Amino acid sequence: MSPPIDPHDVVDRLFREEQGRAVATLIRVLGDFDLAEEAVQEAFVTALETWPSRGIPDNPGAWITTTARNRAIDRLRRRKRLAEKAELLGREVAIEAELAAVDPEASIDSEADVSPIADDRLRLIFTCCHPALAMDARVALTLRTLGGLSTPEIARAFLVPEVTLAQRLVRAKRKIRDAGIPYRVPPDHDLPERLNGVLRVLYLVFNEGYGASSGDRLIRRELCTEAIRLARVLLDLMPDEPEAIGLLALMLLHDARRDARTGPDGELVLLEDQDRDRWNRERIDEGRELLERALRMRRVGPMQLQAAIAAVHDDAETPADTDWQEIAGLYAALRRIEPSPIVELNRAVAVAMATGPDVGLRLVDALVESGELDSYPYLHAARADLLRRLGRSSEAASAYERARDLTTNAAERAFLDGRLAEVTPA
Amino acid sequence: MRYLLLIYTAQQLEPPSDEAAAAMSDAYTAFGDEIKARGLLLAGEALTATSSATTVQVRDGQTVTTDGPYAETKEALGGFYMIEARDLDEAIDVAAKIPGAKIGSIEIRPIFEFGATAEGASSEAIGATS
Repeated sequence: MSPPIDPHDVVDRLFREEQGRAVATLIRVLGDFDLAEEAVQEAFVTALETWPSRGIPDNPGAWITTTARNRAIDRLRRRKRLAEKAELLGREVAIEAELAAVDPEASIDSEADVSPIADDRLRLIFTCCHPALAMDARVALTLRTLGGLSTPEIARAFLVPEVTLAQRLVRAKRKIRDAGIPYRVPPDHDLPERLNGVLRVLYLVFNEGYGASSGDRLIRRELCTEAIRLARVLLDLMPDEPEAIGLLALMLLHDARRDARTGPDGELVLLEDQDRDRWNRERIDEGRELLERALRMRRVGPMQLQAAIAAVHDDAETPADTDWQEIAGLYAALRRIEPSPIVELNRAVAVAMATGPDVGLRLVDALVESGELDSYPYLHAARADLLRRLGRSSEAASAYERARDLTTNAAERAFLDGRLAEVTPA
Repeated sequence: MRYLLLIYTAQQLEPPSDEAAAAMSDAYTAFGDEIKARGLLLAGEALTATSSATTVQVRDGQTVTTDGPYAETKEALGGFYMIEARDLDEAIDVAAKIPGAKIGSIEIRPIFEFGATAEGASSEAIGATS
């Protein structure tokens, strides 16, 4: 006998899965972000109140959307009554039009206007990630509207006061409305660029959770989970975009190492020191399958290349088995598509592993001279590591010190202090 | 929606060569013809250099007139278009085609519509209901 289903659990799970879908549909129907969000929230509250006694409906997701639609109509009617009292005729005309659009006479069983159109969420993704919004606004809006994260959760994840984050969301929604940011999937000629923008937002969310520059670990894990979930939604909606597949593969191939990346006290464990038995094989297999599917489409891009690099690492049974030649080649390909000093630094490290620390050091020193990454702790940490391997201890020590002073992450600082002690004569 | 597209470009110290001036003029004519044909053009003018600008302020009932533009910046307002576009994406598309976008910047500003109603908004843009 299976245990009875607890409606609270169903609502919790449903919230994560369905709130983005419901909000997306309601925004299309109502043309208003805030009204849609409030109505969907109310519908979930109603679900919590009524399901325990009346039972869970057959299609909980549709129930939520329909209930939210009816809540929104109630709100519009209340506004209309207020408008009548105040004799705000202009507003009334507008509200009449809205009511006509949402068909207020439809009964709760009629789901015609709120039956989800496949691309409702896709429209919402493109609206939330529109390049006319600031990057931090895109991230906050995507997590708040499409993800199931609350404003306090997002604020904690990004280490900003709740008030700041709430204002950021209000400003973003106002800009969407006032600037006329459209609620639709971009036309073909804009699609590649705009899709890249969406992928960047999701990857940034993932990295914020994975990179853990500081902050609450539970929340950070949540960010990774959410980024992966949204990447899956995107893939569902756009199954033929190799970069979208590449992004999901990239996230899975990194996330597979999550448990092995930190020691018992939360300290950072480097790739070469990780217990590879603790890597999540299921994630690696899924990531690799996705990557192969993407590569078969023969439209290579930065996400696929980065996923391929992660896959090469995941392939190695021991650190010594790592195919650094292959990794250096992939970074060289990445540099051709998306030149950046950080990509060049990674290539230098791979070259050092493949051909020797002296060759790598020459590439790193060229970067140091360009001055572009002067305040980037990993540049100095990588240089220190190469110097250490070349036995140039005192130079290594000063580079480790520089890296330690630049990092904001406690786990990284502890690690660098350890290395510093190693190269400092007792 | 109506949008104002403000064209900001670096002030030329030397007048451009006849050839360059003719090429620029042709490019603007072609652009103007295109947006007219698409039914998007509401207005559009080029402005004389900021050396001909005069700034006026009224303080305590006194009119204060000064020579030059309000803000002295490297890039100056050189001209504008007012267009009717479906949404911001169409406005961006038009702005990117302005010849000045290649050498300067185009600032897109939605026109504030007094007493705007839901019907006034494009069906695909997020309407103003709150």
